Amino acid sequence: MARKKSDPAAAALNRELLRSMLMQRRFEERCAEAYALGKIGGFCHLYIGQEAVSTGTLSMLRPDDYVITTYRDHGQALARGLSARAIMAELFGRSDGCARGKGGSMHLFDKQHNFLGGHGIVGGHIPIATGVAFAIKYRGGDQVIVCFFGEAAINNGAFHEAANMAALWKLPVIYIIENNRYGMGTAIERAASIHDIYERAGSYDMARDVVDGQDVFAVRDAVGKAVDRARTQGMPTLLEVRTYRFMGHSMSDAVSGTYRTKAELDEYLKRDPITLLRSRMQEAGEITEDEVAALDAEIKALCQDAWDFADASPELPLEALYEDVLVDTTSDAAEPAVRG
Amino acid sequence: MTVMTYRDALNAALREEMRRDDRVFLMGEEVAVYQGAYKVSKGLLQEFGEMRVVDTPITELGFAGVGVGAAMVGLRPIIEFMTWNFALLALDQVVNAAAKMLYMSGGQYNMPMVFRGPNGAALQLAAQHSQAWESWLAHIPGLKVVAPGTPADAKGLLKAAVRDDNPVIVLEGEMLYNVKGEVPDGDFVIPLGKAEVKRAGTDASIITYGKMINVALTAAEQLAKDGVHVEVLDLRTLRPMDVPAIVATVEKTNRAVVLEEGWEVCGMGAQVVDYIQRECFDSLDAPIVRVHQADTPMPYAKSLEKFAKPDVAKTVAAVRKVCYLD
Repeated sequence: MARKKSDPAAAALNRELLRSMLMQRRFEERCAEAYALGKIGGFCHLYIGQEAVSTGTLSMLRPDDYVITTYRDHGQALARGLSARAIMAELFGRSDGCARGKGGSMHLFDKQHNFLGGHGIVGGHIPIATGVAFAIKYRGGDQVIVCFFGEAAINNGAFHEAANMAALWKLPVIYIIENNRYGMGTAIERAASIHDIYERAGSYDMARDVVDGQDVFAVRDAVGKAVDRARTQGMPTLLEVRTYRFMGHSMSDAVSGTYRTKAELDEYLKRDPITLLRSRMQEAGEITEDEVAALDAEIKALCQDAWDFADASPELPLEALYEDVLVDTTSDAAEPAVRG
Repeated sequence: MTVMTYRDALNAALREEMRRDDRVFLMGEEVAVYQGAYKVSKGLLQEFGEMRVVDTPITELGFAGVGVGAAMVGLRPIIEFMTWNFALLALDQVVNAAAKMLYMSGGQYNMPMVFRGPNGAALQLAAQHSQAWESWLAHIPGLKVVAPGTPADAKGLLKAAVRDDNPVIVLEGEMLYNVKGEVPDGDFVIPLGKAEVKRAGTDASIITYGKMINVALTAAEQLAKDGVHVEVLDLRTLRPMDVPAIVATVEKTNRAVVLEEGWEVCGMGAQVVDYIQRECFDSLDAPIVRVHQADTPMPYAKSLEKFAKPDVAKTVAAVRKVCYLD
């Protein structure tokens, strides 16, 4: 659909997809640099290699839909439209961060974008996503929620409890398994009793599919069907998106050598999602080498701007420690749940 | 005033708040068709329908998380745990999600929700069903914790909990559901964080909460026959705790017994004792004595269970000790 040489609308869309994915890549390359310099602390999990999943999925949503994800959340936050400045400031732990410097790399939040957070407990946010879907149904809206998690989470009780309720109650949630093959250092074959893990949805009579996560168009097609199912029928979907992370689990993890071989990594690097999209666009005449270089330069400048902004953003005042623990409000004046 | 049971007071609070605000819904095991494992939700399904009174599968972790998600996007869930013993399976959602969402989102997502259910021992339910969890829950910044001991407090505190824009833990008691008491008529709401003197006295203070209120009041009645006039302070809210009320009663009587249902080590009483030594050490005429459950899992055998639990006799003995009467 989006690959016809003569379609300017498709070409423009593809350029946006490329921009989104390249932005994530360049941004996270700077994250790695900032981490090495000590500007980013704590745990920092890079998304490099998986950008077609975030971009492909989130390009199919409306602004009033919801997104929730794991601690590997930089890419999805960027693809959802959060400002690179606010994300980098959050990573630097500064007051202009998208969570005021209270969350850090694993807990990016932005209410304006219905970005309900990066969450740090594997599987813990899957019931939360299901609750958002419950609220959508409760209010009678036609929004959907997308919930990203890794393939390791599907062995977790939280996934099964939530998936059962979503199917039982017919809730508009799209569960995206980002199967990058390793839960930290444990290969899927060493953790899951079945390897076509989308089939787990069969236990709950839930729609399911498996898709090539390095191909942004394949992701868009599959997610589009799932979004339609959720929006028009209020039904959940489990999508297994097969991808690969090109970096270690976190910054302290070697890229290869312990639990995966360099040969395996090299094989997957041949299917870099950004290279695949760019090649396809070039073959279709949608973008030239010079235009790619110009786009890359523009994105690198945006990343530098985000870095400079974060670096200049003030440290939190010490009194901020005690803020945001509780709110001091009550709802004595009731608002209607169902709005016109 | 109307005399009603603790159960009916909770039911009235739920009904009134659900009528007042259609964002409020009740979710948990057996809350709808069965009318509540302890009948607290009797009649609510019939009045509010199945979207607002929701039976769940037996999935404490799952449905607690559903509540968290619904609260994030503007509903006001009341999550019922059949008992807090089962809620251990859901603590990730209570502690890691509900209590921390506001903080880790930098103030963007507050959690207007209630987690409620019976806490502590009933009768001969043995080790896994007879545990008091308040010190675990009150330990967590980002939560509020209440433990009503009377029907009036049950109604007023639950209504306040539903209206609060933070996650509030409501600790009820199986042995309390049939207790009757006077409940004020009308829209009766008790502010969170306010203790109440349930009985005034001059010679010693029993500081307690929840179902131990009835133990304390009975002990005070017995002691009065011997001329010992005990003040009973009901904390009602365990987080935030009403420290000025604790200080006021200790400064009045100069002697304190801290009574709680749960275990001694890291118990709520330890926190109360710390507030006293910090804020009014010089007012004490005797070391504080704590009364609590024996430091063992709860046995099934009736005689051993009775021996394990804090009771009137142990409380009377503690008061006599702080008054140097023995």
